[in-house]
Amino acid sequence: MEQSTAQPAGTGAAIEVLAHLIEERVSGVRRLPSLAQDLAFEVEPAQLLTACRALRDTPELRFEMLIDVAGVDYLHYGREEWLTAAATRTGFSRGRQASAPPDPEMPGRFAVVYQLLSITHNTRLTLRAVCPQTSEPVVDSVAEVWACANWFEREAFDLFGIMFRGHPDLRRILTDYGFIGHPFRKDFPLIGNVETRYDPEKKRVVYEPVSIVPRVLAPKVIRHDNRYEPALKAPELPR
Amino acid sequence: MAQSTNDLPLAEIRNYTMNFGPQHPAAHGVLRLVLEMDGEVIQKADPHIGLLHRGTEKLAESKPFNHSIGYMDRLDYVSMMCNEHAYVLAIEKLLGIRPPERAQYIRVMFDEITRILNHLMWLGAHALDIGAMTVFLLAFKEREELMDVYEAVSGTRMHATYYRPGGVYRDLPQSMPKYQPSKWRSHKEVDRLNESRSGSMLDFIDAFAARFPASIADYETLLTDNRIWKQRTVNIGVVPPERALQLGFTGPMLRGSGVVWDLRKKQPYEVYERMEFDIPVGTNGDCYDRYLVRVEELRQSTRIIRQCVQWLRDNPGPVMIDDRKVRPPSREHMKGDMESLIHHFKFFTEGYDVPAGQTYAAVEAPKGEFGIYLVSDGANKPYRLKCRAPGFVHLASLEEMVRGHMLADVVAVIGTQDIVFGEIDR
Repeated sequence: MEQSTAQPAGTGAAIEVLAHLIEERVSGVRRLPSLAQDLAFEVEPAQLLTACRALRDTPELRFEMLIDVAGVDYLHYGREEWLTAAATRTGFSRGRQASAPPDPEMPGRFAVVYQLLSITHNTRLTLRAVCPQTSEPVVDSVAEVWACANWFEREAFDLFGIMFRGHPDLRRILTDYGFIGHPFRKDFPLIGNVETRYDPEKKRVVYEPVSIVPRVLAPKVIRHDNRYEPALKAPELPR
Repeated sequence: MAQSTNDLPLAEIRNYTMNFGPQHPAAHGVLRLVLEMDGEVIQKADPHIGLLHRGTEKLAESKPFNHSIGYMDRLDYVSMMCNEHAYVLAIEKLLGIRPPERAQYIRVMFDEITRILNHLMWLGAHALDIGAMTVFLLAFKEREELMDVYEAVSGTRMHATYYRPGGVYRDLPQSMPKYQPSKWRSHKEVDRLNESRSGSMLDFIDAFAARFPASIADYETLLTDNRIWKQRTVNIGVVPPERALQLGFTGPMLRGSGVVWDLRKKQPYEVYERMEFDIPVGTNGDCYDRYLVRVEELRQSTRIIRQCVQWLRDNPGPVMIDDRKVRPPSREHMKGDMESLIHHFKFFTEGYDVPAGQTYAAVEAPKGEFGIYLVSDGANKPYRLKCRAPGFVHLASLEEMVRGHMLADVVAVIGTQDIVFGEIDR
């Protein structure tokens, strides 16, 4: 197998060359602002499969490995949990999530992020597909392009409820048998919805609604720090 | 049904579905396998995972960045510091900081110590699974020494939480903990045990690295040419290189199939580009080749450790970045200075904000590529954290690797994949 012993990806010029090449050879992709040493692209969900095939098969690109598939739920992106306006009156309750509820139907709420690796050229690429706004988030399955996508997509389905069109075996994978809901969605509580205990009368394990009150221990705070602005190529949010 | 069987000359034969695990000792944790058997031959294997799912990624999203370092240890709980390393690297990438050189050497040294820890655990358990008891005991003897190193540097034997964004928690200690005489240990025995512990930690590690190749030779004497070992591993679970790429294999699983790929060489992080070591590669892609690759990696890790020890002896210096945004004030300052006390409190309760953006950082963990995909929205907590666990990908290929093999070979394949459920179920 041919191997490249070139410098690892991450040098600025090499990244730009690769980015240019991808824009030229792969249709339906748009470059995303990312850190200088990373390369990230956004792909039109309708063209996901053709783009993935092109990325894998074009000799200059050869992303023959799918390293990771991650679902992302952007429901609470950029939202803080720390209300400082009425702090003194409400005391510790200011740590609660009390701002206006986000719209669960917001467009582009779910995205699937693929990490690709080219062994031949020693390059990495992040590819993101935002699920179109439909009642169920759906994207095409890339399991026929890279075999290892099978379990990754099962995981994204299980944890985020993202459907993968054309997946050979879309079952839950990490959660319990008979689990209801998709736990990594941002509107799914951290402590869950049900708890289990052994019921001595029924002589079996029973499921009950949780008795713990959900609370935020360390509130999410966004402090605007000028030092970090030049760290990103574009200061606006990367979504 | 009765009629159709009457038409057949033979009795009705059907596949037998069998449950393997989750409490089977060879399942390496909580793996439940639903096997469809034709006699003793596997037709279909369906791994059921998630019995150890703790929602690590969601928990990490509810905590400031530094609070989750300890959770990373608990993912792949036999290669603890490598998991921390990927997480810390991802944060450092977003923050745009680099740890001091000495911290980088310490990290490389501990990554390699972790690799030896992991491979010894794997070697012992794999051999035990397919019938060799002695290796397990020998491997654990050496493991214990390295566990003491972990304990000396971090205070815990396993879940170290030693790497921090911007460096490591503290410099290497000047002395090693020593054995005390007791009812069970005479003075003479204690003196013998403490002999290598009389100097600094680096002396102890150096002494270990000096004698460890002899131990590797012992393991090889027991296994490499052992007839039973070869019968159980040669030509079992063969994966050709093209298929290994399709299946997303990394680490020794990929190298066993003959692909020269090691992140430490190809995409070096920290100071790996200054280290001299070789990448062992297999040829057949079977369990035996993967065994040879991992055993050679033990030797190469020892080499790297000795180079790090040498450098660390010669070059004292800071082990944490001097950036007050990402490091807490010293205890001394905190006790005597009001501002430092406030800083300390805010640092450990609210933490620090990480600039908005997304990144992926990967390290060559002992099992393969362990990566962290991190999305930050500019807050003090990760917005989304995804752990790319090598074991998850390897286990996904289990069905393909065991199909057509005998039931007993399932154990050999699970062993060769080096599976740990902490990282698979997360």
